[in-house]
Amino acid sequence: MIRFEGVTKRYADASGTDEEQGSVAVDDLTLEAPTGKITVLVGPSGCGKTTTLRMVNRMITPTSGTISIDGRDTASLDVAELRRGIGYVIQHAGLFPHRTVLDNVTTVPRLLGTDKKTARTRAMELIERVGLDPAMAKRYPAQLSGGQQQRVGVARALAADPPVMLMDEPFSAVDPVVREQLQNEFLRLQSELGKTILCVTHDIDEAVKLGDQVAVLRVGGVLAQLDSPAKLLADPVDDFVAEFVGRDRGYRALSFAAAPELSLADEPTVRLGAGADEVRAVGTPWVLCVGDAGEPLGWVRAAAVESEVTRTLLHRGGTVASTSGSLRALLDAALSSPSGRGVVADGDGRLVGTIRAAEVIPAIEARRDAAPAEGATAR
Amino acid sequence: MTWALDHLGDIVSRAGQHAWLAGLPLVLGLVIAVPLGWLAARQPRLRAVLLTTTGLLYTIPSLALFILLPPLLGTKILDPVNVIVAMTVYTVALLTRTVADGLSSVDPSTRQAAIAMGYGPFARFRAVDLPLAVPVIAAGLRVAAVSNVSIVSVASLIGVSQLGYFLTDGYARTFPTEVWVGIIACLVLALMFDLVIQVASRLLTPWTRAVAA
Repeated sequence: MIRFEGVTKRYADASGTDEEQGSVAVDDLTLEAPTGKITVLVGPSGCGKTTTLRMVNRMITPTSGTISIDGRDTASLDVAELRRGIGYVIQHAGLFPHRTVLDNVTTVPRLLGTDKKTARTRAMELIERVGLDPAMAKRYPAQLSGGQQQRVGVARALAADPPVMLMDEPFSAVDPVVREQLQNEFLRLQSELGKTILCVTHDIDEAVKLGDQVAVLRVGGVLAQLDSPAKLLADPVDDFVAEFVGRDRGYRALSFAAAPELSLADEPTVRLGAGADEVRAVGTPWVLCVGDAGEPLGWVRAAAVESEVTRTLLHRGGTVASTSGSLRALLDAALSSPSGRGVVADGDGRLVGTIRAAEVIPAIEARRDAAPAEGATAR
Repeated sequence: MTWALDHLGDIVSRAGQHAWLAGLPLVLGLVIAVPLGWLAARQPRLRAVLLTTTGLLYTIPSLALFILLPPLLGTKILDPVNVIVAMTVYTVALLTRTVADGLSSVDPSTRQAAIAMGYGPFARFRAVDLPLAVPVIAAGLRVAAVSNVSIVSVASLIGVSQLGYFLTDGYARTFPTEVWVGIIACLVLALMFDLVIQVASRLLTPWTRAVAA
């Protein structure tokens, strides 16, 4: 557990006034990042989130207040020892360009005195664990893509198996597709490792996605709200948080509501290569096409089939919801489907049935009636 | 050509002395410039003072330095130590800025990561900042090497044996061939220094040639 107690950071102004009278970056912050959970600090620029993060490993010294890790005041520890015990991931990865991927990952274990061979064996495991090809180990950072570098950054932070990790905008330097992939893999990794993580981002969507709890900071380093993502979306404490959390929050909050068991309609399907007659025999304007394993491939407009169903005829706009997914995914599947029937698949990706938006809405209403303002925990 | 062949032994021996007088100061100058550059890169105020001072050293005319040093060092005027010390001063003058710039050129996120991983200031300098500054320092070293080879030839005016002798002697005897031999020998020597520095730099920085596969 990382605990901030009345932590304030003032910076001396350029005019040379001393720190006591300087401008406030973080103002009397009291906060707990629980063990084994991800706590995300989010806020606009100037809210002191990065300053807060860097005070934990004493890259920045607090003006007043204490920060403790598992009950030990960080100010009382040897600074190098403290830092070696904390994993650190930053934007752009900050890899050492003159060292190979493998040597980057072994940095902290080597500083801690682990022998080279042991450190390398462990590093190779981690390189694979973060989803990199072991052949990458011999490469230099310049030979990797941004996403791969960020993976190495995560592996390097994990190398000495620190209980605590600090992450500063870890995924913001990569494109949205890679970002989502990295976020998902990071969550998977965290579910196995259970580190105590403090993460900084300016992106509320990332905060809501990654955080077990989210701390929204306002300019001047004041904590505005600390809550679960679901609670944050459902019940912002003031206009600032509401504004910052953004539009569509009612819809986005459905991400945290597990889909209940709803009765799905059986959907007649056709295979690729099905003839025009077979498609028209179904009798609906849009017909669902499935692959050999029963996985939904896309909708085909019956009137558009001249001879047979081909891949190019498939409409790909519809999303597929999982039976174990959220209400948001379910509603989105229905809304994005050209037929108005949302496709639902099981854990193995096989079609289970379809559902209409009008059938999802009662489930949303029922949830509101059952648990007013209660933050669901499903992820 | 025949003159050069006839005097080959003399040329080689003077070239050897020339290389020694230009090369040793290069090493000594680097050893002194690295800590100075490190200080300059760490402290903005020191940087201004250090870089201005060392920069001014380079403006002292070499002949004046060769003549002024013996009383300061307590050496004889013909002592090669004077030349070594003078050339070291010039090397430091050129390299301090280069080292400071090289160390400052390290990517802030790399430096930040090094600090956050628990490197102390000295360990970080040795393991991260200095290796990353090698390409910049090597570039400065190449300039200093060529400059040293050129300035050392002036020492023939105070009678220290090296390739500059062919320039003064050839001029005195109005014998252009000898002057040309001196110039070409200096050129070859400078190229050899350059080559050695480039090879060393390449060996130290395999990562600079790694490009996206």
